[in-house]
Amino acid sequence: MSKYNLDYLDELEAEAIHILREVAGQFEKPALLFSGGKDSITLVRLAEKAFRPGKFPFPLVHIDTGHNFEETITYRDKMIERIGEKLIVGSVQDSIDQGKVVEQKGKNASRNSLQTVTLLDTIAAHGFDACIGGARRDEEKARAKERIFSVRDEFGQWDPKRQRPELWNIYNGKIHKGENVRVFPISNWTELDVWNYIRRENIELPSIYFAHERDVITRNGQLMAASPFLNMDDEDIVEHKKVRFRTVGDMSCTAAVESDADQLEDIIAEISASKISERGARMDDKVSEAAMEDRKKGGYF
Amino acid sequence: MNLLKFFTAGSVDDGKSTLIGRLLYDTDSILADQLEALQQSNRKNDDGSIDLAILTDGLRAEREQGITIDVAYKYFQTEKRKFIIADTPGHIQYTRNMITGASTAKLAIILIDARNGVIEQTIRHSYLVSLLGIEHVVVCLNKMDMVDFSEEVFNTITDKYKTLAANLSLKDVTFIPISALKGDNVVNESEHMPWYKGQSLLHFLENVDVETGPDYNLARMPVQWVVRPQTDELHDYRGYAGRVLSGSFNVNDKVTVLPSGTSSVIERIEIFDQTPSEVHAGQSVTLHLRDNIDISRGDVLVNSDHLPQNSQLIEADVCWMDKRPLDESITYLLQHNSKVTKCKVREIIHKVDINTLEKQEAYDFKLNDIGRIIIKTADALAFDFYTDNKANGAAILIDSRTNLTVAALMFRAVAD
Repeated sequence: MSKYNLDYLDELEAEAIHILREVAGQFEKPALLFSGGKDSITLVRLAEKAFRPGKFPFPLVHIDTGHNFEETITYRDKMIERIGEKLIVGSVQDSIDQGKVVEQKGKNASRNSLQTVTLLDTIAAHGFDACIGGARRDEEKARAKERIFSVRDEFGQWDPKRQRPELWNIYNGKIHKGENVRVFPISNWTELDVWNYIRRENIELPSIYFAHERDVITRNGQLMAASPFLNMDDEDIVEHKKVRFRTVGDMSCTAAVESDADQLEDIIAEISASKISERGARMDDKVSEAAMEDRKKGGYF
Repeated sequence: MNLLKFFTAGSVDDGKSTLIGRLLYDTDSILADQLEALQQSNRKNDDGSIDLAILTDGLRAEREQGITIDVAYKYFQTEKRKFIIADTPGHIQYTRNMITGASTAKLAIILIDARNGVIEQTIRHSYLVSLLGIEHVVVCLNKMDMVDFSEEVFNTITDKYKTLAANLSLKDVTFIPISALKGDNVVNESEHMPWYKGQSLLHFLENVDVETGPDYNLARMPVQWVVRPQTDELHDYRGYAGRVLSGSFNVNDKVTVLPSGTSSVIERIEIFDQTPSEVHAGQSVTLHLRDNIDISRGDVLVNSDHLPQNSQLIEADVCWMDKRPLDESITYLLQHNSKVTKCKVREIIHKVDINTLEKQEAYDFKLNDIGRIIIKTADALAFDFYTDNKANGAAILIDSRTNLTVAALMFRAVAD
């Protein structure tokens, strides 16, 4: 008898599709959290594979900090038109205008932490019982501990000490009213897996992932895109460099890397050889050893 | 390139986290900023070198207590294979978290401290490996540097373990003497143990054969979702979406839908824009049948010539995973793949003392207790015995008062 064996990308893809279909089957009102980054773009592709030629059984939800890279928004709108699915936007600016959150002050001000409030309000307003996200366990050590179906209480909080056992490929999505589940279909993918999948599937990405010329300043050893959203002063020296972004958050918390990689092949080669992890370019993780754990406990993605 | 998921059983005292740290470190899988964070940490070994164990303890409480509480997943790859490590806790009070990590693994690494040999914990971990039917076992005798890299110590312990392995019917068992702290036989072969002629741990992990042959007998696919676009051009499109649990399906195979028992023939198989003529275990697919029959989520499609068991009364091994003990008076929910049905515990047959493996009479079942029970389900389940087909032989119990997953079940027999 001849042996068969799934290639690792096929196996990861099949697992993610299985998880997406479980969400569709188990929940009344799921949503897919879409940031415009490569991980959520990968999720959209996986959702196409799980549900086409039918419609997605959930809308896409974008939590918009208002500090976006223009390229991300252009990409988002074009993609929505192509796939013909519903997009819901939750706006951090609205949360600020309504006085629910207060803009941070000072040089390192960012809207990253304000997103949580907008996210939780959007979940409540639409009554979402499951939110699919593109987080991966290789990103960060608290994420390495989180279940694929991660139950959050009424306040969106993750309690790492009360995680449900997650056995075999059986996912328990039962919740009480007011609770919701964050679901992470690509938990077991690494950064490189995502890039290899993007190459294999020929998925289009926002242009900021590829090397381009841009005005940047150096902050805490990181290259930040010069923009009106960054509180700059006389000490900040604007330089013109060829850079690309490895991860896409909002403009005030995502750092660029100097790079000439303007093709997928070059990016994959660069990441394979890289000695710095992806979240090393995220200012939001540099706060403390438990920065991610604490934000997740507070309701973050 | 394929993927191997394995888990590690042992405690921090056995050097479990150090071993994982060593595998990551010596395969160059730790990146500069992670290493920098490591160096800044206060936890150091006695000789001042980096404590590799911190790499895996992701929660504040774990770093504070210096123990692993919940399973953490780590990823690395070599030129030959990609690996997912489930780093599971070894302490008895976290048995349920170990089972979580072990349930999807194909290989188990059991760590033994060479100074202590086979201890109660080794028996417990090996019993769980046997219970969960993990296909491959690697026993790593760690801290060989503390016993002068002695061949005699190695032989004494392996002889003792072989008796245990035979009692537990463990198949494929491999023994490797290592020092996780010093790196002997983890990634690189040891210079200190010329008497050991086997492979290093990594070499073994890269080469162990985890492929399976197609098995049409066990063709099973639980329906997760019915794809019905209901548009003008796709008016009659009706696809049954699911992941092939086990075995293989071919176009023109005769299939039976359970629990209804209706039969049809596979007309077309789709994986998105492709239409393969056959699909195998692990693939997420959409099947189209020749006849228009009533099928919905929770039904399972199986090969008509090889039907699974079909019963409401089942004898199962159980691991209890909740603080609230088993209650024979209440109705639980049982989830078996995409099927959810009500369930009661009809009888407790016995409990196993997992340190001595003795079966005991039991009147209650508490957190981390393991034993055998008889359950009765509201709907008949289409299942296989766990020994024959893990993927269709396991289920979970959910307490509908709390919605928590309270037990893992492995089906062993039809009860009467």
